[in-house]
Amino acid sequence: MGLVVHELSIAMSLVDVACEQAESLGARVEALHVRLGPLSGVVAEALAFSFTLACDGTRIAGARLVIETMPIVARCTTCSADRVLASAQHLHCPVCGDFTPDLIGGRELELFALEVEEDVSANR
Amino acid sequence: MSPRIVEVRQNILKENDVLARELRSRFTHAGVLVVNLVSGPGAGKTALLETTLRTMRDRYRVAALTGDLATDNDAKRLARSGAPVKQISTGTVCHLDARMVSNALDGWVADDLDVLFIENVGNLVCPASYDIGEHIRVVLLSVTEGEDKPLKYPTLFNSADCALITKTDLASAVEFDRDAAYANIHEVRPELPILETSGRTGEGIDAWIAWLESHFTPPFRDRSDWKLGTP
Repeated sequence: MGLVVHELSIAMSLVDVACEQAESLGARVEALHVRLGPLSGVVAEALAFSFTLACDGTRIAGARLVIETMPIVARCTTCSADRVLASAQHLHCPVCGDFTPDLIGGRELELFALEVEEDVSANR
Repeated sequence: MSPRIVEVRQNILKENDVLARELRSRFTHAGVLVVNLVSGPGAGKTALLETTLRTMRDRYRVAALTGDLATDNDAKRLARSGAPVKQISTGTVCHLDARMVSNALDGWVADDLDVLFIENVGNLVCPASYDIGEHIRVVLLSVTEGEDKPLKYPTLFNSADCALITKTDLASAVEFDRDAAYANIHEVRPELPILETSGRTGEGIDAWIAWLESHFTPPFRDRSDWKLGTP
């Protein structure tokens, strides 16, 4: 239960942000493109489920949700390079094996883009 | 007409994060260190806080906000310490957010403190995503929970500034593997400071308070950028 409640709160925030953007664009929203990092604390499936509930009755009702899972990227100070890590359970450089405490990607919780159809009714 | 894609790049929790940043800035200016305690249910947040408040209140102005789903049991326990305590009832919501904290602070003593502790809802998943305006996030792991909790819930452990291993008086009874616990914490959050406490015997409480004291002097750490990238 806790999981769904949490993602429902996130979905409601997402819908608010998307409606605000749609309003300023004056457009009808076909799809939302969301970027989700494995360390965002949000489960994609639970967000997708909650989203259908959260957008009901809003100006973006019926829009599709496209979730892109982002890689965990860490700065390895030993190699002086950015590395993509396979798992949040092991924050090691895949090349030299040293710990990589400095994350530069993987916590994204972002509405990246909107797929919109110009609102023709507004122009008539 | 074919749809077009418009890049908007908005943090989904921006409303929360903006408010959290305002709260943190207000407390930084008032010289109040804000500490967010997170853990699974039953890890000992309330016991730790009760002992911490009681030990600190002779020397410092301390207070606590405590989030609880339905009861005021935790607030009652904490009030025994003699420090000001206020309850935030979250109802069915499984985490605290910046709005709940802001509302709870309305008309309260908070700006005249040295340290404000916020006891989050017992949950290892949901509180990880929510900045509530704290300077320091402390995650508790009790010896009875099992050493692999950090690997099961890397997100929460990764978002913390300190880990406290609690209920250490029970360590030998449950054959707690201390080395494994340390290794697992560092797998998900390399270099995270780890302290050990027992709310019951008071063991480790002085070291924990000393660790807090080392963060007392403003400017406090600003966690606003902990989510990486998105404003």
